[in-house]
Amino acid sequence: MTTGVAVELTDLTRVYGSVRALDGLTLHIEPGEFVALLGPSGCGKTTALRILAGLDEATSGTVSVGGRDVTSVPANKRDMGMVFQAYSLFPHLTALQNVEFGLKVRGRERAKRTARASEMLELVGLSAHMDKYASELSGGQQQRVALARALAIQPSVLLLDEPLSALDAKVRVQLRDEIRRVQLEVGTTTLFVTHDQEEALAVADRVGVMSQGRLEQIAPPAQVYADPATPFVAEFVGLNNKVPADVASGRARLLGTEVATLEGSIASGAGTALLRPESVTVTADAAGTSTVKSVAFLGPISRVYVALADGAVIDAQLSSAQARVFEPGAAVTVGVEQTRVLVVPS
Amino acid sequence: MRTLSRGALWLVFGLFFLFPLYAMADFSTRNLIHGGRTGAAWANLFTDEALYQAIITSLLLAVLTVVAMLVVLVPTMIWVRLRTPWARGLVEFLCLLPLTIPALVIVVGLKNVYLWVTYLLGESALTLAFVYVVVVLPFAYRALDAALSAIDLQTLAEAARSLGAGWTTTILRVLVPNIASGVLSAAFISVAVVLGEYTIASLSGFETLQVQIVAIGKSDGPTSVAASLAVLLFGFVLLLGLSLLTRRRRRT
Repeated sequence: MTTGVAVELTDLTRVYGSVRALDGLTLHIEPGEFVALLGPSGCGKTTALRILAGLDEATSGTVSVGGRDVTSVPANKRDMGMVFQAYSLFPHLTALQNVEFGLKVRGRERAKRTARASEMLELVGLSAHMDKYASELSGGQQQRVALARALAIQPSVLLLDEPLSALDAKVRVQLRDEIRRVQLEVGTTTLFVTHDQEEALAVADRVGVMSQGRLEQIAPPAQVYADPATPFVAEFVGLNNKVPADVASGRARLLGTEVATLEGSIASGAGTALLRPESVTVTADAAGTSTVKSVAFLGPISRVYVALADGAVIDAQLSSAQARVFEPGAAVTVGVEQTRVLVVPS
Repeated sequence: MRTLSRGALWLVFGLFFLFPLYAMADFSTRNLIHGGRTGAAWANLFTDEALYQAIITSLLLAVLTVVAMLVVLVPTMIWVRLRTPWARGLVEFLCLLPLTIPALVIVVGLKNVYLWVTYLLGESALTLAFVYVVVVLPFAYRALDAALSAIDLQTLAEAARSLGAGWTTTILRVLVPNIASGVLSAAFISVAVVLGEYTIASLSGFETLQVQIVAIGKSDGPTSVAASLAVLLFGFVLLLGLSLLTRRRRRT
């Protein structure tokens, strides 16, 4: 178990020509913490990670690791382990030799580095494949070897640049959970960059949502989901229905129900509420003014699409057992569970 | 049926390519005065001092050219791809340029430069390596470019850097092994070009193997043919070695 170090990105800006990839990003990561940066393509999350790794230079701002300013330290002297989006194993080396590479560069003696590399491969469950070349390993196995290679050097910070995006769905979930398990085991401070919200929410201690080079919100996953700080966060994380709402004294009236508003909502007047599908209730009602349009079965849950009286379609997430009773064309009443919603100006 | 036609094709092409070699071997071992066979022409390759020296010079030139070409070209091409991709077209243009310039123009153009080269380094034929590096650039560039395009250069380099490797280690231990087939091709093509080059060496007045072969050919046909055949066989061995090496790499 290693003790993680704190990472501090202060007022980072990165300008490429006329594009501001990072626009004053400030981020503090606690020792041993697992932070995920989440955002759409081009939001600057990968740029931030690459600047922390030393693979890109910030136009302005500072990077410090464990209290030491490393802004102008080259990548090979930063002591960070990195797993890349693209498969990055050295094709001419076996899995074991790949994991040993960083230790060899550091001049460790052969016996020690082989022992350490074997230990790391065991940690990621690949002891049986240590003599295989990258071309003989599956995508998931290659990324696990890459993880072992990054951890073998006992890095001060582990950087994960969308390591799962090239993998198929099932392997992605397995490896995602494995990354978290291994990170908890070794205790290395970790920055994980992804555009997949499910991934970010599932593994991170805190999730930072980025947009246009800025951090919109950074908070524990549940908070980012339940209490989005900005309309962007509310829209990007989770699915949303946009429903007209009237706000007065901290409460919003929508779909015939009154619920509390979230901080950041408009103070009063008409606006648009961002409503999670799981907060929508659907009740069979022969006298109801809404109609079920279609039902999508997704295994344990189902999505019920309901056309409101004004023609707008709303998306409700129900358990598949509950959703089974709704047939397309059925008359229903739609309501809202007692939750807090964000209401933005329409 | 298919095996049969394939066998026939092999035979036809084999005869087509091997017959001239056989003829050369036959001629170089023929005793022109007394009839019968003699190994004198082949022995001359080692006993004729001027020819022997020319062989050594040409081999040294080949080695020097290959080493200088690799030292200059490999890091440059890697650097250009990683750091200054906008300059790739320019570098490619410069490297292919020698193909378009006739050897005679190169010799005349380099006359002034070589006054300095011979002034500083002496009149050794090995100074030809400087010109040869330029002459082999188009061939070497193509071979290396193809190999570099086949790997994810940026990710491999970044992975190596993030693991603590400096640029020298990154290039020598990570990138070069993964473009080894390209490096080998570039090297062998360069050797072939250097061993076949006559015009520049002859016009510059240096005694390389090709210049010697032509000179000897005027008085001693069999020795000249033996030397030519030796060069051809050496080239074949190199190419065979190349294909075996790259095939083994591909399998691993």
